[in-house]
Amino acid sequence: MKVTVKYFASLRETIGRAEDQLEIAENMTIADIWRQVNPEHIQNQQMLCALNMEYVDWGTVVQANDEVAFFPPVTGG
Amino acid sequence: MMKLHSSRQSRVANVANIKIINGEFDPFAILSQQSASLDMSKIGACNSFVGSMRDFNQGDSVLTMELEYYPGMTEKALEKLANHAIEKWNINDVLIVHRVGPIKPSDVIVLVAAWSAHRADAFSACRFLIDELKTKAPFWKKEQLKNSSRWVEKNT
Repeated sequence: MKVTVKYFASLRETIGRAEDQLEIAENMTIADIWRQVNPEHIQNQQMLCALNMEYVDWGTVVQANDEVAFFPPVTGG
Repeated sequence: MMKLHSSRQSRVANVANIKIINGEFDPFAILSQQSASLDMSKIGACNSFVGSMRDFNQGDSVLTMELEYYPGMTEKALEKLANHAIEKWNINDVLIVHRVGPIKPSDVIVLVAAWSAHRADAFSACRFLIDELKTKAPFWKKEQLKNSSRWVEKNT
């Protein structure tokens, strides 16, 4: 099944991509997706993730056509 | 659109409460416009916070800044904050305006405001909005220094 993965800010620059279109197996969690797309990067404790534009836990299971996002702590305001 | 769990308020935040702007804005003109759209005879207090860019951070001079956001999620996160404030306090209206894109020192970055019958609710809601925005809303600052650039890693 297909999912979109987006990266923002310093994470986007480190990875060198803003977005991936992925074909993944069913029942994968957000943490599984992170390991699949970025095996060379260690999961940073501070890094945040979102599913369909809502904050979620790393253990959340992803469905077909979902949008997953990874980004560093926010610094707006 | 968010559903309210409280029966006290009948309204929810909408696009009129949230603005993301790529370019300069005058916070006081926006405050006036928003006030003009409200029934001010029911409102005894408007509390606002305006945040702007310093030309220094962590001991370094900062020349310019770039503000990145997550189109779609950022609006959603701000709408959620506005709705939380509407649920939690007895307020007539709220406003959140945030700048994105290139920014220079002394430019306004953010405006939040709350209108209420009494000052206590307006103060509390306004403080909640800016404090929560800083920890929850997906915005990221990248500073341009004299000879390098860096992502701001933590909000102060």
